[in-house]
Amino acid sequence: MSDRSEKASELTPLGYPEELLAPGQTYASVTETITSIPLAKHPPGSWYMGFAVGFCLLMLLFVAVTWLLAKGVGIWGINIPVAWGFAIVNFVWWIGIGHAGTFISAILLLLFQQWRTAINRLTEAMTLFAVACAGLFPLLHLGRPWVFWWILPYPDTMGLWPQFRSPLVWDVFAVGTYFTVSLVFWFLGLLPDLATMRDKVETLWKKRLYGFFAMGWRGSALHWQRQQKAYLLLAGLATPLVLSVHSVVSFDFSVAIVPGWHSTIFPPYFVAGAIYSGFAMVLNIMIPVRKIYHLEGLITERYLNNMANVMLVTGEMVAYGYFIEAFMAWFGGDKFDEYMMLNRAFGPYGWIFWSLMVLNVVIPQVLWSSRVRRNPVLLFLVAFSINIGMWVERFVIVVTSLTRDFTPSAWGFFVPTVWDWATLLGTVGLFLTLLFLFIRFLPMISISETRELVSETKRISL
Amino acid sequence: MNCDPYKRKPAQPKEPRLDLAQIRARLAELGGKQYWRCLEEIAGTDSFADFVHREFPAGVSEWRDDISRRHFVRIMGASFALAGLGACTKQPVEKIVPYVKQPPEVTPGKALYFATAMTFGGFGLGVIATSHEGRPTKIEGNPDHPASLGATSVFAQASVLDLYDPDRSQALLHGGEPSNWEAFLSAMNTEMAVQKMTQGAKVRILTQSVASPTLRSQLQALLTAWPAAKWCQWDPITRDNVREGARLAFGQIVETHYQFDKADMIVALDSDFLFTHPASLRYARQFADRRRVKQGGTATMNRMYAAEPTPSMTGVMADHRLPIAASEIEALARALAAEMGIATAASDAHAAWVRAAATDLHQHAGKSIVIAGEGQPASVHALAHQINESLGNIGRTIVYTLVIEPSPVSQLDSLRALTNDMKSGSVDLLVMLAGNPVFDAPADLDFAGALEKVRTCVRLGADENETSRYCHWHIPAAHYLESWSDALAFDGTASIVQPLLEPLYGGKTAHEVIDALLRQPGGDAYDIVRAYWASRNLFPDFEKSWRQALSDGVLPHTVLPVSPVTPAAGAANPNPAQAAQGLELVFRPDPATWDGSFNNNGWLQELARPITKLTWDNAALISPVLAERERLQDGDVIELNFRNRTVSAPVCIVPGQAENSVTVHLGYGRERTGRVGAGAGFNAYALRASDALWHGGGLQIRKTGATYPLSMTQKYHRMEGRDIIRVGLLDEFNANPRFIDALAEPRPGKEETLYNPKEFQYRGYKWGMSIDLNVCIGCNACTIACQAENNIPVVGKDQVARGRDMQWIRVDSYFRGSLDAPEIDHQPVPCMHCENAPCELVCPVGATMTDDEGLNVQVYNRCIGTRYCSNNCPYKVRRFNFLEFNAGMTLVQKMMKNPDVTVRSRGVMEKCTYCTQRINAARIPAEEADRKIRDGEIVTACQAACPTGAIVFGDLNDPDSRVSKLKAQPLDYWMLGELNTRPRTSYLAKLRNPNPELKS
Repeated sequence: MSDRSEKASELTPLGYPEELLAPGQTYASVTETITSIPLAKHPPGSWYMGFAVGFCLLMLLFVAVTWLLAKGVGIWGINIPVAWGFAIVNFVWWIGIGHAGTFISAILLLLFQQWRTAINRLTEAMTLFAVACAGLFPLLHLGRPWVFWWILPYPDTMGLWPQFRSPLVWDVFAVGTYFTVSLVFWFLGLLPDLATMRDKVETLWKKRLYGFFAMGWRGSALHWQRQQKAYLLLAGLATPLVLSVHSVVSFDFSVAIVPGWHSTIFPPYFVAGAIYSGFAMVLNIMIPVRKIYHLEGLITERYLNNMANVMLVTGEMVAYGYFIEAFMAWFGGDKFDEYMMLNRAFGPYGWIFWSLMVLNVVIPQVLWSSRVRRNPVLLFLVAFSINIGMWVERFVIVVTSLTRDFTPSAWGFFVPTVWDWATLLGTVGLFLTLLFLFIRFLPMISISETRELVSETKRISL
Repeated sequence: MNCDPYKRKPAQPKEPRLDLAQIRARLAELGGKQYWRCLEEIAGTDSFADFVHREFPAGVSEWRDDISRRHFVRIMGASFALAGLGACTKQPVEKIVPYVKQPPEVTPGKALYFATAMTFGGFGLGVIATSHEGRPTKIEGNPDHPASLGATSVFAQASVLDLYDPDRSQALLHGGEPSNWEAFLSAMNTEMAVQKMTQGAKVRILTQSVASPTLRSQLQALLTAWPAAKWCQWDPITRDNVREGARLAFGQIVETHYQFDKADMIVALDSDFLFTHPASLRYARQFADRRRVKQGGTATMNRMYAAEPTPSMTGVMADHRLPIAASEIEALARALAAEMGIATAASDAHAAWVRAAATDLHQHAGKSIVIAGEGQPASVHALAHQINESLGNIGRTIVYTLVIEPSPVSQLDSLRALTNDMKSGSVDLLVMLAGNPVFDAPADLDFAGALEKVRTCVRLGADENETSRYCHWHIPAAHYLESWSDALAFDGTASIVQPLLEPLYGGKTAHEVIDALLRQPGGDAYDIVRAYWASRNLFPDFEKSWRQALSDGVLPHTVLPVSPVTPAAGAANPNPAQAAQGLELVFRPDPATWDGSFNNNGWLQELARPITKLTWDNAALISPVLAERERLQDGDVIELNFRNRTVSAPVCIVPGQAENSVTVHLGYGRERTGRVGAGAGFNAYALRASDALWHGGGLQIRKTGATYPLSMTQKYHRMEGRDIIRVGLLDEFNANPRFIDALAEPRPGKEETLYNPKEFQYRGYKWGMSIDLNVCIGCNACTIACQAENNIPVVGKDQVARGRDMQWIRVDSYFRGSLDAPEIDHQPVPCMHCENAPCELVCPVGATMTDDEGLNVQVYNRCIGTRYCSNNCPYKVRRFNFLEFNAGMTLVQKMMKNPDVTVRSRGVMEKCTYCTQRINAARIPAEEADRKIRDGEIVTACQAACPTGAIVFGDLNDPDSRVSKLKAQPLDYWMLGELNTRPRTSYLAKLRNPNPELKS
């Protein structure tokens, strides 16, 4: 299968790679390729390395969180006026990353885009892990995290409900729904594959474990019919979430009066940014995984090309967002917004703003070239730049706007402490740990859907 | 230890039962606002007198910090416990149970108020101390006291923290080992017997400026008993120059009393009369009365010219401020005097400024004041007296009286003589009553070296400091809230200092120490003070007058009479001092630690100093020009080399500082102080020698290349074109009273909202506040008062640097104009209590909301700490407990907390509540009496402390309330009003009254 990657891909008249699936794939070969990874006795050396890194960072997360709970949020660099720092930046960054998975799983499904097939399982898992990481932060950044449950709507003895006009309560609904729907959606798609794993493993306890989660899947027509219907319905449910979740997260900022936050462009701008960063993360994971596990036959250049295209489009939307914010700051004549824009670009954090422009706007322009889009190494680097850039964008929005808002006597500065970095890197560790565990124990490409693709491409090519 | 109340037999009172009719009659007699402690006091029974004398059962003199709360409450409750006060002394300690039978006037939860007086700078300041179940928790001013007029300074407000300072001296020490009073008495007995033989030739007493007439009479008695002994005085913030100036002018030492409310024109020559003057609270009130503007068209206000080396509170209020070196002030004064027609060595310094000031003074002859600061040499004071005389101000805006001391001395000479005696070995016994001369005596005297040569040194002090290291006997001093004493105000008004609680650590007062030297065994401070006043024979009925004095806080008819003196011509002519060449070093008392005595006070260390907003350190203040020349930035460490003494200090650049003056504040860099003051700042006293106590030329600075982190609460001082402080000119206001409306965006109408504007009508009380920026002098008393009232924690230097200071009201300072001579404006910023509060919208759990009276309430126990409210507050008045700032409180520190206010834990947001506990304290009796709360019944802590009365709180639904009338004034505006927050706290715009002839 590995020699497929060396063969030059066919190009369509529009100039993008043709094949979704390398020629010569059969049902058996698909199943074999995909299940060989979790069934392997020992994962490749690079898996151990990756997992070790992730695990160490996870330990760092435990230390950071323990210290945080023991001492309080004062161990971070936040202060008055910058009461939100890395925690919220990380929250928005992780949630944004998650959007790619849902986009690929749900929207591309509804749009009958077959090129979602090889990547949707992994990206949906990525979404789940990213949302898990994101979900830590609204809990951890609380001054009194042990009473976080007061933000949930439950009937209490005093008749006290959350204050529903606050965007943070909307976040609870948005993120909660997002996580739940993503989890169910992912699990539903996983069911036939879990059954496959159950049938293929040899030791009894593993069979029982996979079998437990396979929930008695026998592959009957009725099962398939129900599964496909439910899958489609959930895709329909998940689709609006792609737009709504990050819009709601953007309301955390646009509902506030802070100059630099109070902007109507935020919902579409954030959603575009989310998909942008999500696809960047997908590529950052997909490209090495594809190489190490020799999946070039299943994840062809067409996938890379398409994902790069999505990144390009959303990147231009994000660039438009930057431009229009600056333009409106001038055009609107509001002195607070004017100052905010000038401060962002030329104030104490100006160097961060310009590096943002380079990372998010300048570098990704190379994606216009189809050669770059088909080159895994270059694509990886561009995606990495975007990943960092999107984190920096959230930093610029959250932190620099807070450092200088309405009252000059209250202007301040934010300097992250070692615990800020530790928590951020710790969540990266959590993400990597979960991801590597997923790769190790679950089929990372949807077996059933790829097998569907085999029959479909056979039909097409014939 | 039988603590079961039901098993204990009640004690039998020995007195006849109280005659209630007699008590009622007595009460009717006393009238007015009387603070009486119990019925027995009014009944005047003998047993009460006895009881007061022995307020607590014996054996409670030792106090350990780890004493259990229960034990403490027992002891405290013993003061008014049980059946029959007369039987108190018979109760054994073990069986006391608090408040089983509660005395009638004590209601747990309701505070009692006692009038007493604090001694500061050698003068008495009348205060009213709030006591909760025997614990003083707050200080307010005494409206009847001439030095207070109801207000307090930051030092008075913070003094209550000193009472509970865990670093206070807790044990009597002899050679560093714990000892006791009896041992001290017997040692003194032996010592005095020896010294008697030489009539006390080798005995010296060193005190600070003495405000207590009782103490003075005791010391006189001592000097009479031992004619060869000497009594020396030293206060580092000495008024020697003022007194010498008066002596030069009048031939005798007199005290000058100003009436700023009668002055339309003021010239301040390096005088910070609004802050460092002993009568500063009074003068601030008077100055504000003449500064405040009422209606447009015909409004007038005073005009002030100030010349000073470093921006001070007074200078910043001036309409024309001239930043010049301190040593150049004399030339300026001479030029001004020459314009008055006084023959003097002339100078042409700053001719335009001088001419403008002189013209204005002439136009307001008889209604003007020229005042010089205590740092200026005597000749400048003499010139000021002459100028005032030539303007006819004497008897109208200025009167003179004798000083409160019968025979005032030059403190520097007194200290010098003492040091010389000590060095020559001719001092056997030195008794020091408070003070820290090893730290603050002029560096050239080498007091420490001299002290080593004294055979026996006794020190009475509240803390163990640099000086007590050299002392053989260290006696812990009682805080003024624990002492019987008395104090004379600046104008001679006497107050009795009465204690609110038994000394926590068995501290002694100065009276007891001196009495122990006079006779053995020494008497009790209560007896001594009473005996002194009885001997004065001022009143026909001593007992009644004594009780009256205790309840009023002042003794009537003790004001000094006016002395008719006139300055002699040519008095100030002796050789005019040359202005300093090169750089000049200026010494100033610190706005927070004063002379170093408040160095260990956490509230004051964390207080942002006016203008620089520095905390926890002092710095060498330099001008922007000097900074540019030497390429210095804030925090760069420089070496100050002044007349062969060197100290390193971090730099702070202050716009408005005179070009070649470097100001250092005294009272930091202590070597031996408590946990709070340790490591704070650098020691400016190390540079201060007797030839230049206040300023001198010949300073050299050298950049060391090191940096030192400075913690400031405010780093940006420009308004950036925003509607923060609206400023205008008096003429503009008179031409168009509503001129400030044009200075910013118009106030949004009530209809400009997406919500129903009639949704809620405030029909009951509608609380609001008005802050008059015209009269705010930036003294920060409001900040400390709020901190004391609301249990606001101290967070420390590192946390302040990170931007986590916790004070609920802050005074912002903004600069306008040029960097070298800016106009500086102060703005106190509490919570605005917005009707359209942006903070309420975004709290996810509804922990902040507006109540039906308009108060924006923060519900601590609902807050989960998302901090969204702080982000959404445009004024940034919200404070967050990022860490557990109240961790590790000792029992003694817990005693200090106001029980009416929650102590917040970590993770919770807090902010100004308009003193909601005070609102409720006024609401309850009003509801009980079925009436509305009257205007003036609720005084917020910041309002009470403010010396100028800049802050006014009240009911906006009452058209006659002061606050309603202030808000109706055309100068009223909302800070950042265009955001449509509809704040209940509004400001009165600031007007300046510059001389149109003088462009500056």
